[in-house]
Amino acid sequence: MPLDMDLTPKTVFDTVGTRPVRPDGNDKVTGRARYGADMAMAGMLFGLVLRSPHAHARIVSIDTSKAEALEGVKAVVTRDDFPALDGDETAKAEAEENLWDVACNVMARDKVLYDGHAVASVAATSMAIAKKALKLIDVTYEVLPHVTDVDEAMRDDAPVLHDDLFTAGLDKTPEKASNICEYTKITTGDVAKGFGDADLIVERAFVTEAAHQGYIEPHACVAAISRDGLADLWVCTQGHYTVRTMCAAILGMNQSDLRVTSSEIGGGFGGKTTVFLEPVCLALAKKSHRPVKMTMSRDEVFRASGPTFSTSMKIKMGVTNDGKITACEGRFSYQHGAFAGSSAGYGATCSMALYDCVNIDFDCYDVVVNRPKAAAYRAPGAPMSCYAVESVLDEIAQKLDMDPIDLRMKNAVKEGMSSVYGPSFGPIGFVECLEATRDHPNMKAKLGPNQARGIAAGFWPNYGGQTSVSVNVTDDGNVLVSLGTPDIGGSRAGMCMMAAEELGISYDRVQAIIADTSSLGFNDTTGGSRVTHSAGMATIEASRKIIEIMKHRAAQVWGIEADAVVWEDGQVRPSGPNAGDNKPMSFADVAAIAGSTGGPIAGHSEINAEGAGASFGVHVADVEVDPETGQTTVLRYLAVQDAGKAIHPDYVEGQYQGGAVQGIGWALNEEYIYNEDGKLQNPGFLDYRMPVASDLPMIDTVIVEVPNPGHPYGVRGVGETPIIPPLAAMGNAVSRAIDRRLSEIPMSPPRIVDAIDG
Amino acid sequence: MSRTHITTTVNGDTVEFLCDPQETLLDALRDHLGLTGSKEGCASGDCGACSVMLDGRLVCSCLVLAAESVGRKVETIEGMADGDDLHPLQQKFLEMGALQCGICTPGFLVAAKDLLERNADPSETEIRYWLAGNLCRCTGYDKIIRAVMETAADMRGA
Amino acid sequence: MIEVQLGATLRSMAGGRTSFPVEATTIKQLLDRLGETYPELAPVLERGIAVSIDGTIYRDSWLQRVPDGAEVFLMPRVAGG
Repeated sequence: MPLDMDLTPKTVFDTVGTRPVRPDGNDKVTGRARYGADMAMAGMLFGLVLRSPHAHARIVSIDTSKAEALEGVKAVVTRDDFPALDGDETAKAEAEENLWDVACNVMARDKVLYDGHAVASVAATSMAIAKKALKLIDVTYEVLPHVTDVDEAMRDDAPVLHDDLFTAGLDKTPEKASNICEYTKITTGDVAKGFGDADLIVERAFVTEAAHQGYIEPHACVAAISRDGLADLWVCTQGHYTVRTMCAAILGMNQSDLRVTSSEIGGGFGGKTTVFLEPVCLALAKKSHRPVKMTMSRDEVFRASGPTFSTSMKIKMGVTNDGKITACEGRFSYQHGAFAGSSAGYGATCSMALYDCVNIDFDCYDVVVNRPKAAAYRAPGAPMSCYAVESVLDEIAQKLDMDPIDLRMKNAVKEGMSSVYGPSFGPIGFVECLEATRDHPNMKAKLGPNQARGIAAGFWPNYGGQTSVSVNVTDDGNVLVSLGTPDIGGSRAGMCMMAAEELGISYDRVQAIIADTSSLGFNDTTGGSRVTHSAGMATIEASRKIIEIMKHRAAQVWGIEADAVVWEDGQVRPSGPNAGDNKPMSFADVAAIAGSTGGPIAGHSEINAEGAGASFGVHVADVEVDPETGQTTVLRYLAVQDAGKAIHPDYVEGQYQGGAVQGIGWALNEEYIYNEDGKLQNPGFLDYRMPVASDLPMIDTVIVEVPNPGHPYGVRGVGETPIIPPLAAMGNAVSRAIDRRLSEIPMSPPRIVDAIDG
Repeated sequence: MSRTHITTTVNGDTVEFLCDPQETLLDALRDHLGLTGSKEGCASGDCGACSVMLDGRLVCSCLVLAAESVGRKVETIEGMADGDDLHPLQQKFLEMGALQCGICTPGFLVAAKDLLERNADPSETEIRYWLAGNLCRCTGYDKIIRAVMETAADMRGA
Repeated sequence: MIEVQLGATLRSMAGGRTSFPVEATTIKQLLDRLGETYPELAPVLERGIAVSIDGTIYRDSWLQRVPDGAEVFLMPRVAGG
């Protein structure tokens, strides 16, 4: 955070809040925009990865000699080509991933831990030769028993993935290695007393299966390294600086020797905040002395990138007859795939963060299983836990014959109340979201046979993070904003708008680029709903610096004191008659004389943005369920959420709609299916069924604006909250439609039919 | 293995390239002709990101062999704008925020253009079913459908 | 004197105690002194934590000033995707 930044909130805007066309839009509608796989370099080779066919096995030996001998193969890499790392190293990455885990995920070391785990890689002059070469690599495996289910992995007799993984968070570190990487206890107040005070107690177990972010663009990159070790990497990513940090560490390079350029990105949602192909691509480029291009097939994306966790949960909640929550007890078990993670505690906290309840007792377990290493999917950990809590709340509403919005109003957190994770809330918009939901016309829509309405709420705290922005003024009076946060949802437009707003110039005189890692200071990944908040803050600060410089230049030219000038409406003028009779100079006028008055005019800002504001949301789903087939039709869907201040309302609405539909897909159909052999059965879009246009109605949205005092324009991040309410909104709607309480996600047609019949 | 010499027409231009027999039209467009506007999302015809027109028919170019394009007419996203002028669909997508990451956008535009050439007044349902072969993960489809509806209305002069 | 409180998620890691008084004027001083004075907090501090001061959450800001008497909580760092 710029420690002395003036955060006096702005409330009247010229550009912010309008809906101009985005600067990168033309290229995207004409096919000109270049994504990860759209790059080619002269002499480029094609890289492919050999992947484990087993869910769990020891790698006894790898013989690459025949592959290396094949004409057209220029390099083959295995675990031997990557240095061992200190197991305690972590990246300054968002989720603070353990770099040794990332390194072992990128290329298996002594064991393969999931079907699809990378074992070796080749670079050849054509894809056809690369494919042939993979078949010539001989790997001897000692197949081991595997486990893919979170509950089974927690049992004492489960096959253990890592013999150096001992459950953290227990009073005494255990002696025996386990698949439970972490235990977190969350406890406040006195649940026994709370349950004693309850008039009604509801208890239920829930299961959610793993989903994939489903970005349409598979992972892709092109790497080239000179013989003296200077590397270029082109990659589709949510964070090219994080890619730099991770690749440099995994390969033993200086960060300054690796220049990473972020291509346009075809979706990420959290799944592109880490590395999979990139260190391998660099290793192949280094060994072959040629540029190497690597892309994942769709099959590989499902098997070997980072889906989200599957979970098993249990909630017990007590309420008084008038709907006041008195206690909540829960058990949350989350599997992170083959490497340790820490999300169950965080997810559990988010589930009750919306409600004023002092008696809470949660047991949270993070578990490893023989599945791909999990990555974030929008708000990591929260959709599952909120599904459980919001479903129980709905069951309570039914039993008390209480309106679900009233039930939430009764318990909603407000400004000044303590949050479940400790600090008191500043201004927040949960009540406002509930009110906006209640007032919405969708709530009056009549429901017919087999139709029902489900409501659920969600919350994500958001964060700021390290951000570097540079704003430069051209001598013809235009502005260039250099950002280090890849644009995944239209953020370039938002930054241009904020710069235009601050500088008092028109939006069409501002351009933005996403600069490479050698051009700016560090930037945390685009994720965590942080870019509009942090890059916005940095853009505003950089713009304010430009104004100060321009005032200074004008004052000097006029021969008056710097504090005798003011900046207003895009121009600088003397502050009063005493300051002399000088005609005002516009932004363009000062820009034109930059060279003669000291040099180019620019502002830059490198911050660790804090003060992020939490974003609450409420969703309403109207569904119809066919009792014979279990098919669910979404009739109506409403997403209400607090954006603090919507910089570009189209893009805020877009986040609400996109996240809601991802949640609808997860609620109705999307799941990772494993058989006894531990292999993923549905690694393709046909059987991993995401929503298509004909599955859905329009997604209605309401942008609530309760400004966040931590941002100069009141912005709250919005990208993650939208995926949190849909699982329960859909679950509650379907449960009510069939008059059976469902507790497993996804609610695919066979499961619904079983529930109706059973 | 020797490669095949292909001559075909892409966006009105006669083009030639060499390809392996198993290469798809998508591979050829992207790797041999530098037309990277059509995207590979799945290589199995499930996502529509590779949508092109082949002799006036909407196809997934990942399911067409490059060799099948001989003597036929291929139209891709790169041919949609007319000189300096964007096609009304392209313009409307921009104005209505009907794209976020944009990777699916070329496929949607090619498919939607075909729809509007066949049916100048499609209903919302007709649009949704026509575009059901194009996956989008960012937008939830709402703004895309609205953009197509409004473009249809504009083009009808309604 | 700052009364540093542990958020619900961290409480169990420090043997159940919830309040830790220290003298400090910046977050760095606060974390250093907590570590020196209360060794049972070492695992909590090592994993990387966020500090909230009067409701504003600071994820990683050693130099942020901590006003006397502020409401201070230690909590896990937010992730994101």
